Amino acid sequence: MIEFHAVSKRYPGGKEALRGVSFRLGHGEMAFLTGHSGAGKSTLLKLIACLERPTSGQVLVDGLNVGRLPRRRIPQLRRRIGVVFQDHRLLHDRTVFENVALPLHVAGHRGPEVGRRVRAALDQVGLLGKERAYPVTLSGGEQQRVGIARAVVNRPPLLLADEPTGNLDPELSREIMALFARFNQVGVTVLIATHDIALVEAMGRRRLVLREGRLVEGAAEAA
Amino acid sequence: MAARGERAAGAAPAGRPRRPRLRAWLAEHRDAAAGSLRRLAREPLSSLMTLAVIGIALALPAGLHVLLANAQAVTGGWRGEARISLFLERGVDPARARALRRELAARPGVRAVELVTPEQALAEFRRLSGFGDALDALGENPLPATLVVTPAASDPEALVALAARLRALPEVEAAQLDLEWVRRLHAILALARRGVAVVAALLAAAVLLVVGNTIRLEIQNRREEIVVTKLIGGTDGFIRRPFLYSGLWHGLLGAALAWVLVEGALALLAGPAARLAELYASAWRPAGLGAGASLALLAGGAALGLAGAWLAVARHLREIEPA
Repeated sequence: MIEFHAVSKRYPGGKEALRGVSFRLGHGEMAFLTGHSGAGKSTLLKLIACLERPTSGQVLVDGLNVGRLPRRRIPQLRRRIGVVFQDHRLLHDRTVFENVALPLHVAGHRGPEVGRRVRAALDQVGLLGKERAYPVTLSGGEQQRVGIARAVVNRPPLLLADEPTGNLDPELSREIMALFARFNQVGVTVLIATHDIALVEAMGRRRLVLREGRLVEGAAEAA
Repeated sequence: MAARGERAAGAAPAGRPRRPRLRAWLAEHRDAAAGSLRRLAREPLSSLMTLAVIGIALALPAGLHVLLANAQAVTGGWRGEARISLFLERGVDPARARALRRELAARPGVRAVELVTPEQALAEFRRLSGFGDALDALGENPLPATLVVTPAASDPEALVALAARLRALPEVEAAQLDLEWVRRLHAILALARRGVAVVAALLAAAVLLVVGNTIRLEIQNRREEIVVTKLIGGTDGFIRRPFLYSGLWHGLLGAALAWVLVEGALALLAGPAARLAELYASAWRPAGLGAGASLALLAGGAALGLAGAWLAVARHLREIEPA
């Protein structure tokens, strides 16, 4: 699903975020991306969603060379990737329903199908009763689950999460991780960046460890 | 305009028939148009102020256009004032002069012909000039018979052509066309038309900038929404559309307001104008914008709004990228 071939990323300031990173994540796999802050976790995720382009090397997502993707084709890539953020990135002037429906509207879906799929996604994250609520009225954990519902509503084959439990207490964090594991069980490829080592070890999944932009652990598995 | 973005959006999966795809495309436009209108209504006061600026800017050239059209209608009614004086040869006897008057009166392009005999001309000259004693000293009437022609046409070219044809008649010694005031009037009207065009162009640019600035602010206010939409795979066309519709609504509603302002001002002027026309014994009444000009005003406003939004969108939407 995801292939990195000797990928380096240098930012305009000269900072080298990733150096010669190579790994492969198969279809239906679930892995954690760990490392200290500044180790390059976010950059790696951004390269997959084409939010940044690699300075050198190749990034392939589902066989697509993301680094060379023309601008106008980026939306099609992003519709196949669900992204969950630490700060949720919900729109606060819209209800939970409207937030979750946004990816469907963007992809051109209309009518009763939208309502059905939004409710299915909200049901999966346990927020079926909250569709008319505004995000500010929800707790941090609930907001994050709305973010997850939005990421999966379009049934993307790949789910990325950047510190999805960063602001949550351990119990809520476990719940969120269990949610990701459930999506993985139905075939979604999942890659989660986190620095919560205890949680990662409890999950017992593959680990990709970054240190100062280099992949120091987890590159070989399943490759 | 957003057609390319639409296609790239690939609203329907490949292989789906065309019609549902067209329906989806129309539905997206309807949603964007309605959403922009709702957004406009959500902050009525600030929307109204922006619309008022656009409305006043559009009302000025529209109002000047109406004034000019009315001025042209009024001066069109004065065409009878243009005269061509034909001084006949001395040898033409009065009977022939009367016959010529009838002939000319029957010509196309001629509204009326009046014969002034040498005796009448002399009497008038004596009365008006005060040189009566000098004329007595001449002993013989030096003035020729004159045919005063009132042309049907009013534009200078037609008058000149008519005068030239009349001058070529064998009985006519000289033809004098009093064209100066006609020329001046036409020059004034041409100047006024050019002035209105200049004012209209400047105010159109102002509307473009007002709408552009309004849309720029709207883009800034909705920055987070744009970022999120880009993150989840919204095409440029999808993101652009509500802003373009917002510009279109601003232009269209501003033009509608301008229409109300112009027609309202005309309604206020109608009474006094009618009284003035009565004093001149004229049947003229001030005309409004009319269907054609009203339609042009609305279409022009909408086009300016759309263009202003397009400028803002082209400049600012690309700068906003998720990071």
